[in-house]
Amino acid sequence: MIKFKLNGRDVSVDVPEDTPLLWALRDELDQTGTKFGCGVGQCGACTVHVGGRATRSCITPVSSIEGAEITTIEGLHPEGEHPVQVAWRDIQVPQCGYCQSGQIMQAASLLKDYPDPTDEEIDGVMGGSLCRCMTYIRIRKAIKKAAAALREEKSNG
Amino acid sequence: MIKRLLAGAVGAGVLGGLGFLYYAWYPPIATIEPPKASSFSAEQIERGRIVAAEGYCAECHTRTDNGGGPELAGDYKMETPFGAIYSSNITPDPEMGIGAWSEEALRRSLRYGVSRQGVHLIPAFPYDHFTKMTDQDISDLYAFLMTRPAVHMARRPNELPFPLSLRIFQAGWKLMFFTPGVYKPDPSHDALWNRGAYLAEGNAHCGACHTPRNLMGAEKKGSMYDGAVVDAWIAPPLNDKNPTPTTWTEDELYQYLRFGVAPLHGPAGGPMSPIPHRFLSQVPEYDVHALAHYFADVDHAAERQGHDKAALAHAMEESKKDLIGPNTLDADARLYQGACGACHYNAAPMPVLGRPELALNNALWLDEPTNLYQVMLHGLTAEEGQSGIAMPSFYNALSDTDMARIAAYLRRTRTTLPPWTDLEKKAADIRKTVKTIPVNSSH
Repeated sequence: MIKFKLNGRDVSVDVPEDTPLLWALRDELDQTGTKFGCGVGQCGACTVHVGGRATRSCITPVSSIEGAEITTIEGLHPEGEHPVQVAWRDIQVPQCGYCQSGQIMQAASLLKDYPDPTDEEIDGVMGGSLCRCMTYIRIRKAIKKAAAALREEKSNG
Repeated sequence: MIKRLLAGAVGAGVLGGLGFLYYAWYPPIATIEPPKASSFSAEQIERGRIVAAEGYCAECHTRTDNGGGPELAGDYKMETPFGAIYSSNITPDPEMGIGAWSEEALRRSLRYGVSRQGVHLIPAFPYDHFTKMTDQDISDLYAFLMTRPAVHMARRPNELPFPLSLRIFQAGWKLMFFTPGVYKPDPSHDALWNRGAYLAEGNAHCGACHTPRNLMGAEKKGSMYDGAVVDAWIAPPLNDKNPTPTTWTEDELYQYLRFGVAPLHGPAGGPMSPIPHRFLSQVPEYDVHALAHYFADVDHAAERQGHDKAALAHAMEESKKDLIGPNTLDADARLYQGACGACHYNAAPMPVLGRPELALNNALWLDEPTNLYQVMLHGLTAEEGQSGIAMPSFYNALSDTDMARIAAYLRRTRTTLPPWTDLEKKAADIRKTVKTIPVNSSH
């Protein structure tokens, strides 16, 4: 039994310890918002937060996150109203949508480090999150919009 | 004349041999009834817990292969250049453990490397360090060990080849390399320094991993803390040979030893990881400060610190180039960015905790890419390094060629040192040492 915290609640999974976290999330815990992309940590579709940091769940053995706090797209905000999610909808970022939960999780993590990111910083940090529909321009735009909203939130206290 | 010389030589040889046997011979110490837990005070047991934690007893006296074993019950497999050996059961089981050992027997084993039965112990048990422990610490440790649950479990037999398996050889080893004696405080240093030195050179036996050994497996006295290879990792130099661009200051050392991560040097990985997390986080702060204080002196932090600011600025600049600069047109840079960049990005003025700055990390500055490869292959669990965050394992994600390209790229762009050689072969070699291979999620 491997125990950890998923979106604020205690969970445990009975799987071999080298099982990828992604499989535990999707197959054992029915959290299918996180997607399988390449399986080798090169596309970003499976990105979740481990202890608040963006982490590729397809190559993270579930035993290695024992006791840690995991956040998936389902838990980023209880009503799906995280500023990145709001901007995503407003700007109609996705085309096919397959990569978007990974993109959103990576973007949410980015904004913690760069509250006012430049284009270059966005490209640099988001470079490991691929979008085959080439919506990169809208992704960038949404991140800037979310950043502005977050700064607003902060200044309004 | 020749005859007389020969006879003299033989005579001297016989005398020397007899002298050696006298030197080598230790009597057994009588067995005792295992002492009752009530014969020790709670305070003494607690002090003993700290001594045991600062000596990391459980690390080598608890089996980790074959599904693991009960704490302190021994059977931990240690690969040595001479063959595998298995640690002893140090729970108070009278038959399998040390339940029948008197305090005197424990003291003799720590101070002279001889078991209760009078058998010379193999120096994988670092009695060359434990000999420096005070009577008080040994007495407290005894109280702690004797009040642990007794585990009736045997260890596997050692795999040392003949004649190394003959314990008389250990006596010869001692004659050449071992000086018994309790730590003597150095009056030219203050109490904190002496506490740190006492722990580091004695109970905490830092040199057992961080000092290179000679062909006979003894620590080289003239190369103290020069760094060494242990379990397919490099235990880096702890003296001024440490190559990281920013100094291991007292504060960095304290953060690292206490919490498993130092802001400018990154997390403790591999065999070092349990030292902070399992042990030094559980002992008095003062002792960890003492260790940090001592090693800041060993690495001459005070004289080297002047360059730190420039080194940090340079590292941040290099890291940022990847984020925004011309390197994105470099195929190796792209590979690095896709696999590593989404986490290992940084920009001035300081790296963020949990986003270790590779330009400042030991792994890129050591003579070999060993530790960099180990971390790529294993990742770091949420328990290792900085608590609560994890690095994935790239075992299945990166081929040996990919690993070599990333290693070459980082060495080229992040350090001022000559390139590593044979990178692909070394990646394959380190890959072979990985024991638990993670599931390949793409299959």
